[in-house]
Amino acid sequence: MDQVSDVLWMLAGPQGGGINSAAEAFAKALSRGGYRIFTGIEYHSNIMGEHSYYMVRISDKQKRNLSERVHVLVSLDEESILGNHHNEWPSHHGHLKEMVPGGVVIYDGALKMDLSGKRQDLKYIPVPFDDILRKVLVEAGRGAEFNSLRVMTNSVAGGASAAALGLDLGIYMESFRGGTGRRAALAELNGQAAKGGYDFVMEALGGAPAFNLVKVDRPAKAPLLLRGVHACALAKLKAGLGFQSYYPISPATDENVYLEANARAQDLVVVQVEDEVSAINMAVGAAHGGKRSSTSTSGPGLSLMCEGFGFASLTEAPGPVLFLWSRGGPSTGLPTRSEQSDLTFALQPGHGDFGHIVVAPGDIQDTVEDSYESFNWADRYQMPVIVMLDKKIQSGYQTVDDLGFDKLPPIDRGKLFEPNGDYLRYKLTDDGLSPRAIPGQEGGIFWVTTDEHDQRGHITEAADNRIAQMNKRMGKLDLAAREIPAARKITKYGPADAEITIVGWGTTKGSISDAIDVINAEGGPKMNFLQVRLMRPFPVAEVTAELTKAKTTILVEENYNGQLGDLIRSQTGITVDKRVVKFDGRPFSEEELIDGIKTALSSSETRIPVSHLLP
Amino acid sequence: MVVSQTYQLKDYKTDTHNTWCPGCGDFGILTSIQMALAEIGVPPHKVAVVSGIGCSGKAPHYLNAYGFHTLHGRSIPSATGMKLSNPEMTVIAVGGDGDGFGIGCGYFVNAGRRNVDFTYLVFDNEVYGLTKGQGSPTMKKGMKAKGMAEAAVQDNINPLALAISSGYTFVGRGYALNPKATAQLIAQAVSHKGTSFIDIAQTCPVYNDLHTKEYYTDMVEGQPRMYWLENTDYDAVVHDPTNAGEVVEKKLQAIGKAYETGRMPLGCYYKVDVPTFEEQIAEGRPNGMDSILNPNLWNRDISKLEAVLR
Repeated sequence: MDQVSDVLWMLAGPQGGGINSAAEAFAKALSRGGYRIFTGIEYHSNIMGEHSYYMVRISDKQKRNLSERVHVLVSLDEESILGNHHNEWPSHHGHLKEMVPGGVVIYDGALKMDLSGKRQDLKYIPVPFDDILRKVLVEAGRGAEFNSLRVMTNSVAGGASAAALGLDLGIYMESFRGGTGRRAALAELNGQAAKGGYDFVMEALGGAPAFNLVKVDRPAKAPLLLRGVHACALAKLKAGLGFQSYYPISPATDENVYLEANARAQDLVVVQVEDEVSAINMAVGAAHGGKRSSTSTSGPGLSLMCEGFGFASLTEAPGPVLFLWSRGGPSTGLPTRSEQSDLTFALQPGHGDFGHIVVAPGDIQDTVEDSYESFNWADRYQMPVIVMLDKKIQSGYQTVDDLGFDKLPPIDRGKLFEPNGDYLRYKLTDDGLSPRAIPGQEGGIFWVTTDEHDQRGHITEAADNRIAQMNKRMGKLDLAAREIPAARKITKYGPADAEITIVGWGTTKGSISDAIDVINAEGGPKMNFLQVRLMRPFPVAEVTAELTKAKTTILVEENYNGQLGDLIRSQTGITVDKRVVKFDGRPFSEEELIDGIKTALSSSETRIPVSHLLP
Repeated sequence: MVVSQTYQLKDYKTDTHNTWCPGCGDFGILTSIQMALAEIGVPPHKVAVVSGIGCSGKAPHYLNAYGFHTLHGRSIPSATGMKLSNPEMTVIAVGGDGDGFGIGCGYFVNAGRRNVDFTYLVFDNEVYGLTKGQGSPTMKKGMKAKGMAEAAVQDNINPLALAISSGYTFVGRGYALNPKATAQLIAQAVSHKGTSFIDIAQTCPVYNDLHTKEYYTDMVEGQPRMYWLENTDYDAVVHDPTNAGEVVEKKLQAIGKAYETGRMPLGCYYKVDVPTFEEQIAEGRPNGMDSILNPNLWNRDISKLEAVLR
């Protein structure tokens, strides 16, 4: 049997049934065992019962996207296999078409399913999860606890998957080790349950696994397995975040709740407030108050925050930093799905001419750097900052060796007030930056107002003052454009002399990088990738230089029409040749993106919408 | 109350050009805030005054203290953020009745749930002055002030009753044209640990031709319309905050006073001493209150958080 080094394992079933914890335990065991993990989850805006599925890509070298080549599907409901065709508008059509030939479908033996007419090149194995667990519990003399320990059927499924993939069961079993007393006893039972699942599937497969997954060495120190939420929140803690306000909203809630859960030990104040208007105004108040301050939300929340955002900018508050975890819009849209359709909005989240910084990290490492540095920018340029993230990076785990906190720049709190007589909070200076006092400082009394104001901060409608203060505020953007290093503005990937340049932003970074690696390996004209990371102030010179080098430029975005393409045109005058767009609420799979790029090169159409989820 | 030797009313004044109309009740309230601060003796640089939009929203510019003239209806969230960011500041939020009970009503209610240590003063003149005299949420149904096209069809809210049911731990009412007594009440409110609220009846000589100085000082059934609760046997204070029965009894008593018809009680309606939001989140933390006070947090050790993710 040929060795495989890159497999996709999928766990699918009703929401609220423990799918997340089962998949995450499986992924963690493999990550600790030396495999590189990349995961994603699709679920409904629902608490319990709707179909959800968790994808874990397992490989010996780090993958940066999900594929549609499912090797093993563990199905806990009929819908995973047959789709929900009883609905007038089915939300999916079963996962069988995503399976590789020879793939294994492990499903709950208690489900009575008619599989006639289904793909014949797959192995369907009904596994009696409950019966296997019951037997383990009875043998351990704990049969009466079946109902309370039923969650251990997850371990049966994990063991069954290990057998199908050709994974050393020991690597999975390792995840149960440790603990003493009751915990050790439960670990032992989980191990037995896993072995039960493993043995059952191995027997059904005739004694040999369906795949021969490449063996890897267990690293001396377990790597991190984390989501964008963790990378972002840890970087914020490192940056000295002191205050965070939030209103619950998907997919921003996890970051807020993670910080809230750790606030006590980290000397952080987190307040859950009554709406996003309150959240932004509290965060602006806290920024003026002297602490590093932030709020995290999604598109609908940002819609409510516009007024407060303009307030922060006009009053030159040192923040807040607003973390925008995007989902499918507009309006309530697709609350639990991913999309990149908030870029245009994030560039102008409010009325009037005002300055702010917008940065869009593309992966975990970018997220660490940008989440951290955004607080330096807020302090230095005395303006709010938006860090754009999305549901995909929010919810996807990946293996990371080191977050690189030791490589981050030092804390920069910008120009601070020193007592020197008459203090002017909005003093006109050569670089537009005025030293800021922190409330409580003697001699530092200042006023801020949401009206236009003079250098002291009092209201004035005088024309000369208006012009001077507008020039001061807007000029800070030019200063930021000059000072922010090029490495934070754009990132290049792939051969420098490529004929074709793919342009993208945000969390398609990994998807595009992986896709062009595959395409470049096939031969043919070479491609590289330009990631635009700093969105405002826009890196005009850097982007122009890169795009004018390429013969063909192709934009890749997860929105309807390519919002970055419009931005590039307005900022540089360059029209990107082709636009590959996806707006079905699910991120590009590797195959979709490769298809899209190839179609863009062969088709006369300039806009190529893709979705593999169509029937 | 002992008058502070350290600060005087003039220490809290600015020479900023004042744009209020001649005879505006806001002048009286401004004076009472300055008198109260002098009386408490808090240094001007330890005070933050946060306002919304409207005539009264301009008050911070006329006060020598850190001043935050924020958005319409948003003074409470801004003040809350300021206090939680910088708890050593004495924070006072001010604004009008439209600002507080119309566009800002959600924040007014939810501030009561938290009990962050700040004071909220509403300059209540029952009209939207800056937009030329529309009725506000405190204007009674059927009333027609001179800037209104029709008599009010929407009824008024009762700010005092709303504050009490929302959880404010100090609730009172003052009068703009009695700055001395109102200053005493403001000083009590500012000294109170927790969220305190004072609704201050304020005359608008331009747009409110109904509730004028004459109206407020009128006689009702042979007695002055306004009277101070402290001059009666009314007891506003919850003496045992752990006694749920007493808390409810004192709240109901205060709400009864808030709905008194004819005469108008002034002074403290309700007061209870319970832990503030800040004290509650600091409680049990390894660094206690310092964990809330410290703004320099960039040397954190996050190794334990990383270890969980391995």
